[in-house]
Amino acid sequence: MEIYLYIALFAPLAGSLFSALFGASPKTSITGIVNSGLLFISFVSSSILLNYVMAGHTVHVEMMTWIAAGDLYIPFGFVVDQVSVVMMMVVSIVSTIVHIYSIGYMDHDKGFNRFFSYLSAFVFSMMVLVMSDNFLGLFIGWEGVGLCSWLLIGFWYHKESATWAANEAFIMNRIADLAMLIGIFIIYWNIGSLQYDVVFADIANLPMPIITWIGIFLFIGAMGKSAQFPLHTWLADAMEGPTPVSALIHAATMVTAGVYLVVRANPIYDLIPEVGTVIASLGAFVAMFAASMALVNRDMKRIIAYSTLSQLGYMFVAAGLGAYWVALFHLMAHAFFKALLFLGAGNVMHAMHDELDPFKMGGLKKPMKWTWILMTLASVALAGIYPLAGFFSKDLILEVAFVEQHYILYSVLLVTAGLTAFYSFRLVALIFHGDERHLEHGIHPHEAYNFMLYAMAPLGVLAVIAGMVFKTPYYEMVTQLLPAIEYHIHNHTTFWIMTIGTQLFVIAAIAYAYKKYAKAVKVDPKVESGFLYQLLYNQYYIPKLYDELFSKPYRELSKIAWKQIDLKIVDATVDGIANVIYRTGEKTHTMQNGNLSSMLRWMVIGLVVLLVLAIAFTVGYNAVTMRAM
Amino acid sequence: MFEAIAFYLFAALTIGMFTITVMTSQALYALTAMAAGMIFISAFFFMLGADFLGVVQIIVYTGAVMALYAFGMMFFDTTRTLVEKRENPRIIFLLGVIAATLVVFIMISPIISSNIEAHYPIDATVGNSQAIGYVLFTKYLVPFEVAAVMLLVAMVAGIVLAGKKMDKSLTLMAEEEIALMSATQTKPHDEEGAH
Amino acid sequence: MEITLAHYLVLSGVLFSIGLIGVMRRKNLLMLFFATEILLNSANIGFAAISHFHNDLTGQMFAFFIIAIAASEVAVGLGLLIVWYKRTGKIDLDIMTSMRG
Repeated sequence: MEIYLYIALFAPLAGSLFSALFGASPKTSITGIVNSGLLFISFVSSSILLNYVMAGHTVHVEMMTWIAAGDLYIPFGFVVDQVSVVMMMVVSIVSTIVHIYSIGYMDHDKGFNRFFSYLSAFVFSMMVLVMSDNFLGLFIGWEGVGLCSWLLIGFWYHKESATWAANEAFIMNRIADLAMLIGIFIIYWNIGSLQYDVVFADIANLPMPIITWIGIFLFIGAMGKSAQFPLHTWLADAMEGPTPVSALIHAATMVTAGVYLVVRANPIYDLIPEVGTVIASLGAFVAMFAASMALVNRDMKRIIAYSTLSQLGYMFVAAGLGAYWVALFHLMAHAFFKALLFLGAGNVMHAMHDELDPFKMGGLKKPMKWTWILMTLASVALAGIYPLAGFFSKDLILEVAFVEQHYILYSVLLVTAGLTAFYSFRLVALIFHGDERHLEHGIHPHEAYNFMLYAMAPLGVLAVIAGMVFKTPYYEMVTQLLPAIEYHIHNHTTFWIMTIGTQLFVIAAIAYAYKKYAKAVKVDPKVESGFLYQLLYNQYYIPKLYDELFSKPYRELSKIAWKQIDLKIVDATVDGIANVIYRTGEKTHTMQNGNLSSMLRWMVIGLVVLLVLAIAFTVGYNAVTMRAM
Repeated sequence: MFEAIAFYLFAALTIGMFTITVMTSQALYALTAMAAGMIFISAFFFMLGADFLGVVQIIVYTGAVMALYAFGMMFFDTTRTLVEKRENPRIIFLLGVIAATLVVFIMISPIISSNIEAHYPIDATVGNSQAIGYVLFTKYLVPFEVAAVMLLVAMVAGIVLAGKKMDKSLTLMAEEEIALMSATQTKPHDEEGAH
Repeated sequence: MEITLAHYLVLSGVLFSIGLIGVMRRKNLLMLFFATEILLNSANIGFAAISHFHNDLTGQMFAFFIIAIAASEVAVGLGLLIVWYKRTGKIDLDIMTSMRG
């Protein structure tokens, strides 16, 4: 089985290196095909491992020693257990599909080969992250995905907005990573090992405050990667990257790393339910907060990005309340339909020549029939309509909140579910229904390549069946490792009222969205200029606030440091030294006049100086020794 | 008492002679004063019991070195008054006086002249020349040989540098070349004018 | 009135300074050589005096070697001087400026 582990892990790296060979040369379709093939091989290996793990085994290998210094021993160890295999499956499926899709999407791009190199490198990093058997290996993968995300967001580096977004993402992640690193340090300091099994076996013996601090710091790390408030702004800006990147990184895989970390560290969080409650509350807040911003946004990709943010909030609610398997389940289901949604958006963008404002689209359902079907499917799944994936995973989270008697969280999540349905179908309605507004802009949309649609099809299938078919086997497998808590509302009447109520609420939201946007778009200036609309449209003024609060003072500080400190002190010192030497040279170069007589005179002056020094030294030395005696 | 008189006398004479050497504008005076100063210095050696050194001083300096300088002077035609450009004579004297003061200060400070142990004590039972012979051919044999080689090298260098065409071997030359060489040798100033 | 080591050393220092003045003052190369001879001899007096007052032959040995060096120096120096004179017809220090920086 180990060989499959290595294949699953290193096939993406091989692909990345292969593409990197052609990185500087113009498009060669072989890179796309080879990389997709290798990713598929990785997927097949993951499937074999899944089969093996389902049978109740786990694979744990120690590839080689990484750090062995004193008491510190960290191997390159990898583990395939019930949790990591789920992540491996999600990552490999979505990334394989995204790779194939990208062959079509990046068809005309100059950086075709470079793109595939980055994309496969990202998958490799993600595989390291989920498969590592210790915190430091996870951190390496963590940084690896951060780096690849930076490379991919800033893929079109000639665009200033892209580089800005890439840097923003990277810097925000650094802030969080620092906290995570501190958490890892605390773990090592108190336990003396970073291996998951050792840490989780010993964690209960630590004093409570230390466990709490570990939990908090690790969660701050997770907050950065999963873009939770207040480190959320980067995710929406990260949509500057190519759309397949958004599908792969900012929907399906990287942003779920934070959730994975909390799920993986469940023995820690089990001991500190207070922190869990905070996590859950923050998750619920982010779910609603992000969904509300998605309501009014006019950028297709940003809307989907806010939706991702909102769904990550859901996952954190589940994880925070101790329903780790539910969080992981929603992570999986969400990955499928969110990737599908993004890829569909990519098709639309292609058709609309990179137009992102859905108000300039409309009526695309005729020319882009399959994209319409797939995106509607994904939106239905996202909204959580029975029997699609979202119903099983998202409603489960609602039930968790209810069963755990967190009624406030429950109601927040319920409202958010309605908002989710509304903004999803607002988008669908604006893009695919109504007047063909794009004709005014002289755009004639066309459907994407067939193979791209074929590549998306498996995601469509998964979005439909993931909940219904996978739930029971998934539960049986994962609960071998995660706490097995069944969340059932025992009262049948309550259960049915809740389920049907939620469904009706969601359907009502969908219907309202269709009614408002499907026919003709009436823009009400009164609403648009209203405070609430402006507040939501400007993302609660948080980016502005950050700009005022951090960026501007920092810029001012940098200016001061530049003009006052660097120019006036550092540079002046360096220049001064250089000037002194230069002027000394100017003055003294007459010494080198080649006249031997004057040289002899200088020699005598040197002799006199040396004699003076000799006397001074002797006198000083004597004085010191006298005093010592 | 006698020693003191002798010391001061010879000191005054030496200083005077050397001052003349340094200050005079007549090369011949300088040479003569120099030779006299060397002889007076040998007097100090005799006073200090270094008889052999005194003799060597007279033979080598007054005999060989001064003779060499005398020949050199004949060669350079320095019988006429020297014309030398003077630059800042005050600075020169100031430096000289400062250096003298410092050296004197260092020399008379007790730390220099105390705490010295004799490595090769002077044996009172044998004469100075004999004692020097013992030391020179035992402890200082290698430096002595090296000095000998150095003198040889200096001699060869002196001959090669001063002698005309000494770096060429007559036995390896053809007849015409030798004739050409002797032809140019007869009128060296023509050749020098070319430079 | 006792003549001590200090007397000799002071004399040595004074002669050394005279030599130094000569070195700085002279422009004629031959005269410069005279000044260096004075420097070497002043050192010799110091060595011989220390040898005497400390009852050690090492000082005299050094004086010997200095004399040997002085002799070599004169031989080589005069040889070089002759070559120079043949090339330029002058032995003035001020015209030797090939080391001008």
